[in-house]
Amino acid sequence: MGDEIRGVPELPKAARMKVPRHPMATQEPLERIKNFAEVALGYSPEFAMEEAQRCLQCANPPCVKGCPVGIDIPAFVQLIREGDFAGSLAKIKETNTLPAICGRVCPQEEQCEVVCVLTKKYKPVAIGRLERFVADWELSHGLTSTPQLAARTGHRVAVVGSGPAGLACAAELARFGHKVTIFEALHKPGGVLVYGIPQFRLPKEIVTFEIDNLSRMGVEMRTDFVIGKTATVHELFAEYGYDAVFLGTGAGLPYFLGIPGENYIGVLSANEFLTRVNLMKAYDFPRTDTPVRTGRRVAVVGSGNVAMDCLRTAKRLGADEVICVYRRTRNESPARREELEHAEEEAIDFRWLSAPLAILGNNEGFVTGVRIQRMELGEPDASGRRRPVPIEGSEYEIAIDTIVIAIGQGPNPLATRSTPGLELNRHGNIVADKETMATSIPGVFAGGDIVTGAATVILAMGAGKQAALGIHAWLDRLAKGEVAKPTLAATTA
Amino acid sequence: MFRVISKEEIAPKFHRFVVEAPEIARKHKPGQFVMVLPTETGERIPLTIAASDPAAGTITLVVQEVGKTTMGMALMAAGEGFVSVVGPLGTPTHIEKFGTVVCVGGGAGIAPMLPIAGGLRRAGNRVLSILGGRTQELVILRAEMEAVSDEIVYTTDDGSFGRKGLVTHALAALVESHGKPDLVVAIGPAIMMKAVAEMTRPLAIPTLASLNSIMVDGTGMCGACRIAVDGQTKFVCVDGPEFDAHKVDFDLLIKRLRMYLPEEQVAREKFLANHECRAMAGVARG
Repeated sequence: MGDEIRGVPELPKAARMKVPRHPMATQEPLERIKNFAEVALGYSPEFAMEEAQRCLQCANPPCVKGCPVGIDIPAFVQLIREGDFAGSLAKIKETNTLPAICGRVCPQEEQCEVVCVLTKKYKPVAIGRLERFVADWELSHGLTSTPQLAARTGHRVAVVGSGPAGLACAAELARFGHKVTIFEALHKPGGVLVYGIPQFRLPKEIVTFEIDNLSRMGVEMRTDFVIGKTATVHELFAEYGYDAVFLGTGAGLPYFLGIPGENYIGVLSANEFLTRVNLMKAYDFPRTDTPVRTGRRVAVVGSGNVAMDCLRTAKRLGADEVICVYRRTRNESPARREELEHAEEEAIDFRWLSAPLAILGNNEGFVTGVRIQRMELGEPDASGRRRPVPIEGSEYEIAIDTIVIAIGQGPNPLATRSTPGLELNRHGNIVADKETMATSIPGVFAGGDIVTGAATVILAMGAGKQAALGIHAWLDRLAKGEVAKPTLAATTA
Repeated sequence: MFRVISKEEIAPKFHRFVVEAPEIARKHKPGQFVMVLPTETGERIPLTIAASDPAAGTITLVVQEVGKTTMGMALMAAGEGFVSVVGPLGTPTHIEKFGTVVCVGGGAGIAPMLPIAGGLRRAGNRVLSILGGRTQELVILRAEMEAVSDEIVYTTDDGSFGRKGLVTHALAALVESHGKPDLVVAIGPAIMMKAVAEMTRPLAIPTLASLNSIMVDGTGMCGACRIAVDGQTKFVCVDGPEFDAHKVDFDLLIKRLRMYLPEEQVAREKFLANHECRAMAGVARG
C-alpha cells in the first residue's frame, strides 16, 4: 500500500456542526446515460475523514437504533476520522458482513441518517457513504478480512436462496462454526443483487467480492439447484443430511396489472427486463446471446426502486423517451429520494397521477401504446397514502414500443408449495416467528422477502442474521437431544 | 460445469447429448424440462428431457439446430460441458391408465414425447404413436418410439417415408379406424399442436399440448413464457409446460414466439460469419 493515512483531528462539537455534509461525486447525467458504469463514485479518503469529523459521537446514538442490523455507527465513523480504515471496516463487520452492498443500496435516509441528531438543524452525517467508503477501500486495496470463525460444530445447514437474506444468514452461521451450503436456482449467486439491481447502482464485482468472502469462510455455493424441483426441503433433511434449513427465497414472482393487452409482445415484467440486462448482460448483445429490445419509447408502470432501475436501464439501452406511469404523485412514490433524483436528472418523463387502463397492440401482437387515465388524490387509504381517484373523461393514449410492469413482486411458490406442513399466510408468504424466524416445521427457518413481502436489502439481511441466531440456538438444542429433525415423508415436487 | 458424456448427430441438425446431471436424473419425470446455459456469455434455453438414467446420473437432451445457441451446441464435443443445467423444471405429465392414448410428435417434439409415451405405456395404456417430419431422415427416434408404442404411424411432408401429409391427416385416419382415443398428447411446432387441437376439439377428445415458449429463468420469475389458457394468463415454466390444448390460445403463443426474430437473425448471421470456414470444410468433406 505504502500510502500512510493520517487521521484528521477531533473538532469541538460546535465546530463539527459547521462542517457541511460532503457531497459524493457522480457521473454527469448526460455522460452516464450512455454507459452502465456506476453512477455514484464514492468518497476520497480526505472527504471521508472530513465527513467523519462531523459526527457528534452521541453517548446514546439514535443512528444505531435506526440500523436494522445495529451497526456501531459512531465507532466506525470515529475510526474513519482517525484514518484507521481497516479498523473501521472490522467494526462494521462485527454486525454487517456486506458493507459494500449496504453502503450503496440501504435507504439510510429512512433508517440511520433520518434520526441523526444533526438532522434537526443541519444535514445528517453521510453514514451510508462512509460505510461504502471503507468497504470500497478494502476492495481497492485487495484486502480481505474474514471474521474469526468458531470451532466446527459438525452441524450442516442448508440456506435456500443466495440473495441478501441467504448471504447474511450463511455468514452468521459460518461464524458460529456450522457448515453451510447455499442453494441458488440461477447460475450465479447473489439473487436480486445480481439479477435485479443494475450495474450502475451496484457493480456486480462488489457482489462477487462479498460472495468470495463467504467462500473463504467455508460456505459452499450450489448454483443451478432449485429447491422444490432439484430437491425438496424434506429431502435436504432426509437425503442430503442437513440439520436445519433456512428459506430465503425472496419475492421473485412478478405481478402484472390485470388490464387488457398485457400479453402483447413488448410487455415485460420488471424481473424479465432486469434479468435480461443484469444477469444475462443483454446490453452487450450480440456479443452476449440474450437479447433485449426497448425500441424508441419505453413506459415503465410503477414508481418504486425497481421501477427507477427499469427506467434508467431503458435510457441506457438507448431509448429516446422513457416514461414513468404512476397513479399517485412524487410524494407517494415508494422509491428512495436519491433514486428519484437520479432518474429525474436522466430526463425520465414522469407522468404522475396516471393509471394505465389498457395496453394497445397491433395485429402482429406487438405493443403499440398504452391508454392512460388521469387521477387525482382523494382520502387516505389503508396504507395512509391518499387514494388515487380517476378523473372522468381524462383518458389519453401514448405511443410506446415497450412497456415494463414494475408494480411489485410476490413470493415464488416453488419451494413453499413443495413443502407440506409449512404454514403460509394468505399472500403465500411464510409465517415465521418474529424472534427466532422459526417456521411451522421444526428445523426450518425463514426470513427476508419470502416472509415480509417485497422489502429492502438490509431488512432481508437483518432477518437472515436473526434467523442464524434462531438456527444456532435450535442446533444447540438438537445436539442436546431436546429437539429432533423433521421426519416427514418425501413429497412430490 | 455439466459435462457432456456423449454427443451424436441422430439426424441432419439433430444432436443427442447425454449430460452428467445426477440430481436432475434422479428427480426427472416425463414432461419436465431443464434450462441450459451452454457458455458464460450464452443464453438460457429450455430443453425438454428426452430420457434420464438415475443410475448413471445422466440426462439425455435432443437439440435441433435452429439458432445461434443451438448451432453453437452442435459444435461441442463429448468431454466439454455446459455452464448451467438446472431442473427438472415444470409440472410432470399426469400419467395414469386412460385406456388408449395417441401420441402425436412432430419434428423436435418427438424427443420430449419419448419419456411421456414410455410412462403412459408403463401405466397400462395402449399407446398409438404418430410421428411426423418434413422428410424421412427428420423423423427422429423411430426405434426408441417403436419400443414404447403398440402401433406407430409415420408421416412426412414429402412422402419420402410413411404417409405423405400432415400428422393431423394420420390422426383423422387413426380415429376413423380405431375409434376415439381416451387422450391425445401433441408435442411439436405450435402450428402443429394448434391443428391437432382443432381436429380433436369437435370430437371432444381430451388433448394435451406441451408448449415451447421463450423463457429466461424457467422458475416462474420472469414471466416471458406467459400464455393464455381459457382466457387466464399462465406461465409455461411452472404451470406447464403441458396444458389442455383445447383451451390454449395458440395464435398468441405463435406470435409471442416471434418476439425476438430480428435479434435471432442477427445472432445467427454473426455466428455463421464466424464459423464460415468450418461450415465450408464440412461441405467439402461432403
